[in-house]
Amino acid sequence: MPSAGEAGAGAARSAMHESRPIVELHDVHQAFGDVEVLKGVSFEVAKGGVVCIIGPSGSGKSTLLRCINGLIPIKSGTIRVADFDVHTLVTDRQKIALRKEVSMVFQQYNLFPHKTALENVMMAPIHVLNEKRDEVRERAIALLTKVGLAAKRDAYPGELSGGQQQRVAIARSLAMRPEVMLFDEVTAALDPETVKEVLNTIRALAREGMTCILVTHEMRFAREIADEVLFTDGGTIVESGAPAELFDRPRKERTKAFLSQIL
Amino acid sequence: MQFVWDWFRWLNQTTGINLTIFYDAFDRGRFASGFWMTVRLSVVCIVLSVVIGIVGAWVQRSHFRVARTIVYWYIQAFRNTPPLVQLYFFYFGIGSLLRGVTGPLVTNVTWAIVSLSFFAGAFNVEIFRSGIEAVPRTTIEAAESLGFSRLQTYLRIVFPLAFRITLPALNNNLVNLVKTTTLAYAIAVPEMLYVSSQIWSDELNVPVMMNVLLICYFALVGVLVYLMHRWERAIRVPGFGV
Amino acid sequence: MKGERAVTASPVLPVLLPAAERMARTALRERANGAPLLRLRAAHGIALLVTFAVGCALAQSQVLPANPSILETIWKWTPLLARGFVFNLAISFVAMALGTIAGLFLGYAQISLLPPVRKAAWFATHFFRNAPWLVLLFYCMFLLPFEVTIFGVTIPIPDWTKATLGLALPVMANVSEIVRGAIQSIPTTQWEAAASLAFNRRQTMWMIILPQCIKRMLPPWMNLYAILTMATVLASIVGVNEMMTLTQRALSAENRPGLLLAFYSYVLLWFFVYCYPIARWTVRLERRYAVNQ
Repeated sequence: MPSAGEAGAGAARSAMHESRPIVELHDVHQAFGDVEVLKGVSFEVAKGGVVCIIGPSGSGKSTLLRCINGLIPIKSGTIRVADFDVHTLVTDRQKIALRKEVSMVFQQYNLFPHKTALENVMMAPIHVLNEKRDEVRERAIALLTKVGLAAKRDAYPGELSGGQQQRVAIARSLAMRPEVMLFDEVTAALDPETVKEVLNTIRALAREGMTCILVTHEMRFAREIADEVLFTDGGTIVESGAPAELFDRPRKERTKAFLSQIL
Repeated sequence: MQFVWDWFRWLNQTTGINLTIFYDAFDRGRFASGFWMTVRLSVVCIVLSVVIGIVGAWVQRSHFRVARTIVYWYIQAFRNTPPLVQLYFFYFGIGSLLRGVTGPLVTNVTWAIVSLSFFAGAFNVEIFRSGIEAVPRTTIEAAESLGFSRLQTYLRIVFPLAFRITLPALNNNLVNLVKTTTLAYAIAVPEMLYVSSQIWSDELNVPVMMNVLLICYFALVGVLVYLMHRWERAIRVPGFGV
Repeated sequence: MKGERAVTASPVLPVLLPAAERMARTALRERANGAPLLRLRAAHGIALLVTFAVGCALAQSQVLPANPSILETIWKWTPLLARGFVFNLAISFVAMALGTIAGLFLGYAQISLLPPVRKAAWFATHFFRNAPWLVLLFYCMFLLPFEVTIFGVTIPIPDWTKATLGLALPVMANVSEIVRGAIQSIPTTQWEAAASLAFNRRQTMWMIILPQCIKRMLPPWMNLYAILTMATVLASIVGVNEMMTLTQRALSAENRPGLLLAFYSYVLLWFFVYCYPIARWTVRLERRYAVNQ
């Protein structure tokens, strides 16, 4: 069970923890052909909790996120998200039902370049949730205002900066009203000025109580908002704990080596 | 309309510019039929070549090596040989083989359509394949993560994007195809060039007909090029491209 | 209209893969050059050889023991076909030379500072680009006189000359576009640098811009030549005795339908052997130029 965060943000959220974690992974193995990418990953995320996954490239972080979402099937183990047993979902229809509860934001090429920002946000609720166009439009404008991009709603993705594109992508995912949001290194392809605006958006989301799982390189940010940090290497979770503990007092050698490289 | 035709008759009598395609009903009909044959060839071949392109691009992604190899060699053969040789091969080669079987059912027009469609289709397979591969994986994943089914993803995201990416190359191919339809003359297909040659050998007004022909092709291709520029500009993906 | 929107100056994250941008650039280049790049490989030659062998085998199977074998037949016709092929090459050389010279002038005129010259050149270029090659061929065949008298000397203009001029016209139009495209692809900073050094327009063109253009024009120009060589078979339709016509005559003389595959693949082999080095060299130049970009 994740321990209550020591920073103010984490403490405020501990009151919202329910007894049953909303995301549960147990001994997940995954392989691409002969290459084993995930070698027995297990962790849990409570509702409203924020988990950051850090680690060297190639350690399977992105694959892990995609398994939670059902984009990549797993070889063995179980994944439970809300009421879905992800590892048992086979048909498109079942996966779509899952994806109405779990949304994902990617590193780049997130948005649909042939639609405006507003249309991007509106598309999924209209075509997947079959909601009425006018209601979706109002909600979409509200969401874009929330991420600070109301003025850019008629701009196309090619006309937006990287940070603006990612914020639209976050708004688009929020339009589906998910229970869990996954972030796959969303700031890795951005330049430093725009990284901040995206992190602010995510911070606001976390503060409101959204369950977030982030794969990130932003250590300071992870330290600030995470309830729990997982360090993965070679397909397994080497160490996990509260951010202050993991960053200041890492127990395993590999964790120490990794942290000393980047911090 | 009669006064228009009469004006051309007057033109012939005074200046000697003999535009029988206007004032003579028979020649008028012939020329019009030639024009429509060219248009027909172009349209049918465009449609068929797009179909061939889509099928070929799909087969190129299949798991069967044999199928992929066949498509590969088809593309190479039809891209790198003169279309006239391809036409002769279909009409005189395969055509003569089949003539015993199918008889007059398969006309020279059919062979022209088959040959030209395969010629343009070879270019289209490459174009479509590159177009589909140019849509980023993450964009498809983003669509799937939003809950779009595979069919919806393909129809709403992959296909519109691939189409916008491939349109300039497709348009190049289209214009080239319209110009290549003149080769059908070699197998006596009554398209515009053939019909004009018949008219000028009957009426002995070669220079006039030649100029008319040039102007017609210039207009036809010119209109096409203009329309395709407008189309490309209209569906451009803003922020992308040269 | 949706497409008419100004792109903001802020840094953008690409929205499509680099492959998409490459496609757009290739399509634009092909439009300027007039034809897609010819990518011949050794495997094509081998495939042609195989086809030829198959054709021979097919024809051989129909041969009666008394008749000469297929290879002997083809060998018998080879000298004639060789003469035809040389003729094709001659047509291609002359057409390319004439077309290039005319195209250089036309292309230069397209960037002239005088609007009437520019517009006339633009119109001429697009007029001859939009016309099918065969129509231009017919035009020259029928409308050029069969002999011309200059200063009392009568010069006959044979059919193949008219065909050459007919092929030179589209070459001229395409070279004009290649020249214009090359000049316009030189970055404006070059012009600005030359102007700040007090060069006038003529000096800028001849000393700075055009030398840089030559490298850029070479790959599409060579590609055009390969396309032109293959297009010389069009002359067979208008009655010139080049390789295609002679092949057809040979086939009708032999009067055996099964020979078709063997003969046509033989013809294509000749063209391949000639065009292959040109195509490879073009691709190599294009790649080298793209790297230096």
